[in-house]
Amino acid sequence: MSTETVTAPAAPHLGVGDRIRLWWDTLPRQTQWLVGIPAIVLIALLPVLRPPVLTTVGTDFGGVLAQFGMYALLAIGLNVVVGQAGLLDLGYVGFYAVGAYTVGLITSPDSPWRVHGLDPHWAWLAALPVAVALTAISGLILGSPTLRLRGDYLAIVTLGFGEIVRLLADNLSNITGGGRGLSRIAYPVVGTSSTRPTGVFSAGNTAHPVNSGTAWFWLSLVLIVVVLTLVGNLERSRVGRAWVAIREDEDAAEIMGVPTFKFKLWAFLIGASIGGLSGALYAGQVQFVVPTTFNVINSMLFLCAVVLGGQGNKLGVILGAFIVVYLPNFFIGRTNLFGIPINGNEIANYKYLFFGVALMVLMIFRPQGLFPARQKLLTYGRDVYAAARRAATALTHRTEETVGEAR
Amino acid sequence: MSVLLLAGGHVLAGSMVSAFDIGALGRNFWALTVDGLTYGSIYALVAVGYTLVYGVLRLINFAHSEIFMFGMFGQYATLMLLGFSPSGNAYQQGTLMTIVYLLVAMVGGMAVAGGAAVGLERVAYRPLRRRGAPALVFLITAIGASFVLQEFVHFVLPKLTGGNLGGVNAQQPIRLVQATAQFHFGNATVNNVEIVIVVAALGLAFATDRFINATKFGRGIRAVAQDPVTATLMGVSRERVIMLTFLVGGLLAGAAGLLYTLRVPSGILYSGGFILGIKAFAAAVLGGIGNLRGALLGGLLLGVMELYGQALFGTEWRDVVAFVLLILVLMFRPTGILGESLGRARA
Repeated sequence: MSTETVTAPAAPHLGVGDRIRLWWDTLPRQTQWLVGIPAIVLIALLPVLRPPVLTTVGTDFGGVLAQFGMYALLAIGLNVVVGQAGLLDLGYVGFYAVGAYTVGLITSPDSPWRVHGLDPHWAWLAALPVAVALTAISGLILGSPTLRLRGDYLAIVTLGFGEIVRLLADNLSNITGGGRGLSRIAYPVVGTSSTRPTGVFSAGNTAHPVNSGTAWFWLSLVLIVVVLTLVGNLERSRVGRAWVAIREDEDAAEIMGVPTFKFKLWAFLIGASIGGLSGALYAGQVQFVVPTTFNVINSMLFLCAVVLGGQGNKLGVILGAFIVVYLPNFFIGRTNLFGIPINGNEIANYKYLFFGVALMVLMIFRPQGLFPARQKLLTYGRDVYAAARRAATALTHRTEETVGEAR
Repeated sequence: MSVLLLAGGHVLAGSMVSAFDIGALGRNFWALTVDGLTYGSIYALVAVGYTLVYGVLRLINFAHSEIFMFGMFGQYATLMLLGFSPSGNAYQQGTLMTIVYLLVAMVGGMAVAGGAAVGLERVAYRPLRRRGAPALVFLITAIGASFVLQEFVHFVLPKLTGGNLGGVNAQQPIRLVQATAQFHFGNATVNNVEIVIVVAALGLAFATDRFINATKFGRGIRAVAQDPVTATLMGVSRERVIMLTFLVGGLLAGAAGLLYTLRVPSGILYSGGFILGIKAFAAAVLGGIGNLRGALLGGLLLGVMELYGQALFGTEWRDVVAFVLLILVLMFRPTGILGESLGRARA
């Protein structure tokens, strides 16, 4: 009978993840915010509350969370490219570098391109949109010639581009400061007080509980929410559907009338600008950029966050970013774990070894990642899910009645 | 567009950093050519590994650069086992004994690299093939394997060998051969190291070409490259062919490991394979990926062009030249100079 297909969503074999998903997807938008906002506030309070289970020992917890914020942004941006549009980009670190270097070049006193006359209080904020715009342009420049390539070839070419960006930063010393890097990059000077003479965002602010790491974490949280909303809306729009079509089968998408090149370029551009935003945050937080920070191996780490979390799942990749940033930091400075004496610093050194093994094992047993994406009904999804659930519940009741009568 | 930008960058750098030096290219043309061929023949050997695996599996074995790195460490460990130790001076062994020691070291490097390549195939790729995973899954696995192999040498190997091998720093070179000028070619002097590298690489490339084109095993490899299903129906064991392909690629990468350390004695480092691997891949693509002779041609061409580029723009631009070349080839002639496919080669 055809009713079986309708009962499928409520079938008992649904996993926990799917049940949560179904529940969440049927909630009205307002209720979602009502649940979401307290959750975000709780996450935001982490560096102040410093729960002993989570707090890192050897490194400042606020700083770790700030780094997590940046990686989360990177993961969301890379997820647009890799997870949603299905374009494997191994040179994503290049965009991160462009964002960071733009802020550095505009505001660092070492830079020959320094824009003079900017109010130091607002210089970082003024450079931020420039950084995002320039990264978007660099995404366009990289994407327009290379997006004709597919799969493996695209991956290798983007890898080459990522390395070229770093080499340019290193070699063009008259333009970028070269191997010495750019120091004293601007940061937002707000919240100055007697205990924090340079403001909460300054690297010199180590005061408890709101040190500079915490401040940057909060700023990146705000940006994450904004970016997630934008990317989520894109996902549910024509653009998002085009990306899914391209990811699943590029030829079929092209034949069905999707201008694949245009949408691939959009994915690249949007992914790049999110990467640039994260880079700008990095430059402001560390107040120093140097080419070696933007080594290609970082691209692999970003990719690791996306693949671990689950390509295509926005919240999954944020968890992936958390794992990638948090796990090594968890071990730094730790001398025992559950009473077992360990050399935490050494374990933290093994992070690439661990992530390498994790990638290999994951690809064999769970290639979709830890928190895999489910293809959703994108446009009228909420209504359809609600209807499906109502129908499912009704049917289940009816079936139970019928079964009871038959007995 | 990007190409214009990069070219602009070069010119800018040329005018601002060092003169855009066509004179240097002209003056040192033959010296650059000789050195370029030396590097190029090493790239070619590594490129064969990429090309064979791609031809048979349509897979870019991203971890091949680490197989090469294992080869470097393998020959170094062999020399240590033979009783050599790192020192500032070159050993004086006489020509015959030097050749014998080099051969033994090469065999050691080849064994380690070949073993690593076959192990990689077994552990990482075979389970994926069984599951029929898509291409990107293979690539991500390869990246993971690349991490693992590098970090093994970085952290685990020094523990296993009491700090004699691996670790953060490059190995102290063991100098078996002192580079001494042998004859003149144009206005360049050619030294013994360069002769050894080019002759050995060409010899190995020739042997590989014969192996693929004139033996039963080679016919199996070509058959699987051409049509895996039909080849299997005709009684070719696909799994054995794949293993053999990885083995041959690994052996050549191991040999390249020895040759490379003759030219760059201080290059034995856990991360020392990465850039060279990308260049070798570029060489494979340049010649036509999946094409054995293309890999040789691409390697030699890349080696030479990279050094011309270095002379024009400055030493620091050498890697950029290689990457730009890779991108240009992929964009304008992705099938490479000789065209792709091992399967389409003469039967």
